[in-house]
Amino acid sequence: MDLENQAAIKELAEKFGAKNLVVVLGMPGEGVRLAAETLTTGDPSWAGPLAGVSLELPVFHILEEKVRSEVPRDIYAEKLEMMEMVLDLPRIEEDLAQVRGAIRG
Amino acid sequence: MFKGKKVIALGERDGVPGPAIAECIEAAGGEVVFQKTECFV
Repeated sequence: MDLENQAAIKELAEKFGAKNLVVVLGMPGEGVRLAAETLTTGDPSWAGPLAGVSLELPVFHILEEKVRSEVPRDIYAEKLEMMEMVLDLPRIEEDLAQVRGAIRG
Repeated sequence: MFKGKKVIALGERDGVPGPAIAECIEAAGGEVVFQKTECFV
């Protein structure tokens, strides 16, 4: 995950408290798992400001059912419908489930 | 699920970009405090 974004998100977690934040991702494929790991258990590459930092932020993907169902129908059709057809949703949901399972131990 | 929450929208160029996520989340009642579009290489 981008090092500048890691630094900015670390700052936001300190400012607002991790409990008040929710992260919504829009990545396809492998990027989902990397970002989710970085924002929960810390940067797995140990290269950025979140190396060794477990923010344990709640992380979702914009196309997960429980997230997209909250988006008004017209905006969903304009912004998300096309990507829902292109991205591998089962894989995204499986990757996020694994990361969430790892946090719960 | 987003009402009263501060939301970080982290998109990607080859997926859903940050501004599109932000627009969806704000319409769902969340307050977006940070949005970016990453480029995965």
